[in-house]
Order: sequence, then C-alpha cells, then structure tokens
Amino acid sequence: MAWTRKILRVNLTQGNCVSEPLNMAWAAAYLGQRGLASKYLVSEIDPKVDPLAPENKIIYATGPLTGTMASTGGRYSVITKGPLTGVIACSNSGGFFGAELKSAGWDMIIVEGKSPRPVYLHIENEQARLLSADDLWGRTVWATEGTLKKRHQDPLLRVSSIGRAGENQVLFAAIVNDLHRAAGRSGVGAVMGSKNLKAIAVRGTLGVGNIADGKAFMAAVAAGKKVLAENAVTGQGLPTYGTQVLMNVINEMGASPTRNHRDVQFEGARKISAEAMHEKRATDGRTHLVTNQACFGCTIACGRISRIDETHFSVDTKPQYWGANGGLEYEAAWALGNANGVDDLEALQYANLLCNEDGMDPISFGATVGAVMELYELGILSEDEIGLAAPFGSAEALCRLAEMTAHGEGFGKVVGQGSKRLCTRYGRPDLSMTVKGQEFPAYDGRALQGMALAYATSNRGACHLRGYMVSSEVFGIPIKTDPRETAGKPELLKAFQDATATVDSTGLCTFTTFAWTMNDIQPQIQAACEGDWSLESLLRTGERIWNLERDFNLAAGITAKDDTLPPRLLNEPCQTGASKGMVAELGKMLPEYYSLRGWTADGVPTAATRARLGL
Amino acid sequence: MQKSLHIDPGKCTGCLQCEMACSYENTGLFNPAKSRIKVFDFHHEGRKVPYTCTQCAEAWCLNACPVEAIRIDLGTGAKVVVDALCVGCKVCTIACPFGTINYNHDSGKVQKCDLCGGDPACATACPTGAITYIDADWTGLERMRQWAQKTDSAASV
Repeated sequence: MAWTRKILRVNLTQGNCVSEPLNMAWAAAYLGQRGLASKYLVSEIDPKVDPLAPENKIIYATGPLTGTMASTGGRYSVITKGPLTGVIACSNSGGFFGAELKSAGWDMIIVEGKSPRPVYLHIENEQARLLSADDLWGRTVWATEGTLKKRHQDPLLRVSSIGRAGENQVLFAAIVNDLHRAAGRSGVGAVMGSKNLKAIAVRGTLGVGNIADGKAFMAAVAAGKKVLAENAVTGQGLPTYGTQVLMNVINEMGASPTRNHRDVQFEGARKISAEAMHEKRATDGRTHLVTNQACFGCTIACGRISRIDETHFSVDTKPQYWGANGGLEYEAAWALGNANGVDDLEALQYANLLCNEDGMDPISFGATVGAVMELYELGILSEDEIGLAAPFGSAEALCRLAEMTAHGEGFGKVVGQGSKRLCTRYGRPDLSMTVKGQEFPAYDGRALQGMALAYATSNRGACHLRGYMVSSEVFGIPIKTDPRETAGKPELLKAFQDATATVDSTGLCTFTTFAWTMNDIQPQIQAACEGDWSLESLLRTGERIWNLERDFNLAAGITAKDDTLPPRLLNEPCQTGASKGMVAELGKMLPEYYSLRGWTADGVPTAATRARLGL
Repeated sequence: MQKSLHIDPGKCTGCLQCEMACSYENTGLFNPAKSRIKVFDFHHEGRKVPYTCTQCAEAWCLNACPVEAIRIDLGTGAKVVVDALCVGCKVCTIACPFGTINYNHDSGKVQKCDLCGGDPACATACPTGAITYIDADWTGLERMRQWAQKTDSAASV
C-alpha cells in the first residue's frame, strides 16, 4: 500500500481541518505526489482562476515512497496554479518535512480558501489545528522555524514556511523547509502568502508502514543503494562537488547562458565553481565549503553546507550570516553569477542566503537581475529608477537587489514581479529570458538543442527538471546524443518527460536517475505499493500525468504559440563554444514532438490520445 | 570477538538511514521517532553526529533498574531491556548519564540499543561508513593507522 490513505483538507476561510480518505482509484492511476496532487487540483479548481485568489488551492503532497528507507525517499511537492506563469505549478523539495508529514499519517494536505488573519497549520499526527501567526507575519523563514520549535517545545518539529517574499507575493516566492530546502519555482510561496498561511509545522511519530511486501522492499532498497554508491556521478561527483560539479563542464562547452543570454560562456565561471568552493580563501584560510549534507533517506548527499567569508562586504557587519549554512547549488550559483556576470563567490552565497531566509527562487531572482542589468546597460533603466548603479558584473548591485526584493523595498518590488513583467513594463519584452513567464535555468537552448525543446514544451514554463536532456546531451545518460543535433530529440525528450513525471510522483529524487533507470526504481515501487506497477504501467502513468498537466494548461488559456522561446534564442547565435553560430532550432523539432505525443498540430491532445491514457 | 558500534561523525551526512533501519528492525515501521540511534544536526557548525548507547561495562541503567529488567547479552555484551520484566518506571532513564535509554509511551516500556543481537541494522544501512560494527578492543585502530601513516620515517635513516 505505502500510502497512508488519508488526506488533510484545510479550509482557511472557514478555519477548519478535516480528514478524508484518499481516492485510491486516482492513486492507482496517478501514483502520488506530482501526479496524484495534480489530479486533485485539476478536478477541484477552475483553470481560469486567478492564482492569487482564494479560489485557487494549494496542495502539499508526498509520494508512496516518501518516508520510507528507499534512498532519497523524502520528497514532497507543492502543486497549485502558479502566479508567475498562469499554468500548473509543481515544485519539489527535499529536506525532512515531507517524510515527517507522511509519518504523521497524511499523504497530502489540500489547502483552500483564504484566512482572514495570518495563521499557521500545526499538525501532530492525527491532530491538525490552525493557530494565529500574527506574531510571525513579517518574519523570515528562519525566524519562523526557530520560533515555532520554541513555542511548541519541540526541537524535532519540521517546518515549511514562507518568508517576507511570499507574504509580499513576490511572483517567484518559494516555500522553504528545514532552513534551506525549497519548493522553489513558479511562485508557490506567493500563493501561500495570498492565503495568509505562514507555515505548516509537523511532528509525526506514527511511522511509515503499509509496505505491501516488506522483505522484497528491503531487498530492492538495498540493491538501489548499491547502484547509487557505485555510480561515478551519484557515488562520487555529487557528494564531493554537489550539483556545482556542472559549472565548469557546462561553461567550457559553451552552454552557460551569460549576461541575460548575451553570451554562452562566462569568463568568471571557474571562480564560482565547485572547485573554487573547495579552495582555501586568502582572507581566512578556510574553504567556502564546510561539508555535504543529505536530505531524508538520501544516500547521495549532494547538498552543500558552506561558510561565508566574514570579511566580505555583504556580511562584515552581519554576524547572523556567519555560521555554516545552505548553498551554493549549481542552479543558484549560475543564476546569481553567470546570468549577471558576477564572479564573486561570497556575494553569490550572500544573495543565496537571502533567498533561503526570505523564501525566493534564486533562479528566477538571479535571471531577473540579469534583465535589470541589461536594461541598465542599454540606458532604459536609470540609476535613479533602480536606486543604484547596476551594470553587469556588479556584486554590490546583486546583493542590494537581493535585499530589496526579499524585503519588498523600492525597486525590489518591480524585480519581484519577475523578468517578463519587468521587461514588458520597460518596453522590451524581447529581453525577458523566459518561457510562459518563467525564467530559464542554467543551460543554453542554443547549445543544447534538446533543452531548447524541453524549455518550450515544459508544463511549468522554462525548467530543467521536466526533461533533463542535459543528461543525454552532455553526460551520455542513458545514451549520448550530439547537443547540436535536433534529429531524435523529440522522441528522447518525450521519454524523459514521461519518466520524470513518474519519478516526481514516487517520493524519490530525480537526481537518482543519473544512476538509476526505471529498472532500478520499478522493483521498489512494486514491492511497496499494491496494484500493477510494471514498467509499462509506470511509463503510462508518466505520460498520463504529462497530458493531464497539458490539458489543464490549455484550459487555463495557453496555446501552441506559448510553446516557444525568446527571440534571442531563436535568432541570435552562440558567439563562442562548441555550438558557435547556432540558434535554437525549435521549428525543426516541435511539430514532430506534437505528433509523437498524439497531439494535433496546435498542440492539443487528440480524443484518441485522451482515451488511450484514460483522461 | 566482542564487537561494538563505532561512530565517526565526520562521515555522517545526516540522511537518517540509520534511524529508519533501527525503527524498522524493532517496530516494522520506518519511524525515526522510535529509533534508538539519533542523528543530531549542529547546523551552523556543519556537523552531524549519530549518537546511541555505548553499552557501558558498569551500566548505570542496569544497576538502577529495581526489577532487574536490564540484562547483559553474553554474546554481544549489549545491555538489553527484557520487555516482559520492565515496569516502565523510568528510573533507568534518570540514571543514564547519556540519555540513550528512553521511555516509549506506545509500549509502556523503556527502549535502548541492543545491537540487534549482533548484527546492528544501523551499521548495515549507513551509506558512508559513519557507523560501523568493529572489534570492541580496537575501536581506535583506524585512527591509530591514520596517525601511524603520518609518522615521520626519517628517524630510521
């Protein structure tokens, strides 16, 4: 079984919490977490709803393997209609909160309505209560977690909350748990803020059981752990260097978007790389990196714990930031660094700490700063308008803009609307490096053709986690493809997208797929869950989820015209690197992709496709 | 050979595989809340430390128990709670200087590490070798070896 078979439904308008049984027919079709919560969301909300209106709902969902001993089995996802994109948002987080929620006896929490006053949800196993958060409103994620642990006299309480960014409805506000793990993208934190829900604090002591075949499960788990340990990426690369192992690799091949995608290589990349984090600083003789850290149940342990340089201008008078703390991960380092041309590792860590402290997505924040800097250099944005000089490469501007955005001060309010709205406001929507309103992550679609298609077709706007073609185009996992080639990419991407949708619905981390194939994952699910979880069934589940999300997005108002890329990626070639002279050849791939998906030429799933998938 | 658990906090990543393995072994559930080994995260120092019973030779818990419910497993040397005898008085939890024996309100008994009868699940589950089960008389062997390796060999020239 693996599911607890219970949902907690919280109505903030009425101020009540009700337990209801999980729809097991839906669990059989959508597994859990991303898939299952998406099914609930699309069944319960109007696709046209204003994401920040009380009528939107927000769901916190675990998977069947969340809270079990399966390696990385600690994930939860937050599913809602996203305010940054206007399409479905599904942001996945690690840490310890998800497993705690499951151990408290809940598969998911569905939050609806809007509280008249700030509240937080306190869950102690089957007991759930809404309590006043009047004294927490206006405070950071870190202060909120500390205060709640003290108030409930419970150092083992796990907290998922928003900071001031979510309260102020910054459109890329994140939900942060365990201090620095985040449901980061698409502005899920702003939805929480719009509902006056400050935090969810959970203590679960019931444990996770209901494993269909315990003996088979433990054998499958042990086999899975062995594969992760013996793989070069998950056994050595990620624990030693973290995701930052990518910084030099991606930059050297010329696939690192730099200065708002003007360039594809950043001359300062080495200074902000994983290798730099391992080097002793001149100022204090310490390395930036302190240690690696695992999320719940994870035997990879890619998380970075670093210590900022106390003498750096950003923190020399702020001892509260001097301790060991989360960061830098690759996506954040890229967005705060390469996207802005900033090569000051300590400045990036400071901006990253602010993103964690007040709950912001560092990818969207950093990429939006990239747009600010380009508009500044073009003379469209003035020093007066911003409140400071903001040329590319300015670490001071990056740090100050992070403070202003996190705290909702001055021009930070404009930055907090994201790159698309900012560039439109200043008459240059073409300079917004976004798809469906969401900023690109750290791979250039001109240098990696498969990623171009992945970005254009992602169901939550530009995103690397909906179909990580980098895996094939750079690392040759599971097969090596030429990043400059378009042939074969639609088919490979579809397979990646469907498989990822499945993994995101299990409770496992997608990083396992550097080493695991579905052949490693399937036995764990089959042993844990009742029902048919053959390989075929799992992949069909992934495809079903993808089409369910697509249907919602179409009903929300997107069309095939939105499956595109900014003109810069389509028209301005890479100036250096292995893909010099290339643009993103989207037109060569998109029609074939639609066809492989069983969609019309307008990107709409056909009746036959819907019927085949049981939609 | 008598063995004991050996913990090297420097290798711990804080993944809690040990806590899950312990609870699964003893309760059949993945439930860190019921684990007899706990990992502490000293976050702002960047340190994670697994901690559990050291199986004291002169065990405070054993000596304090008024009903002789804590016995020595002659095979492993573990101090083991006999559930059938434990009355849940918690005196042992007061006596233990290290906090590693605790009351479990579900069972009404105290619980502590019993070395799983000689095959500790935590050590098997640990992915990094932070928890190992080794020769009880030579728990310092690896550290000695590391220092020995650093010893200046010039003296012999």
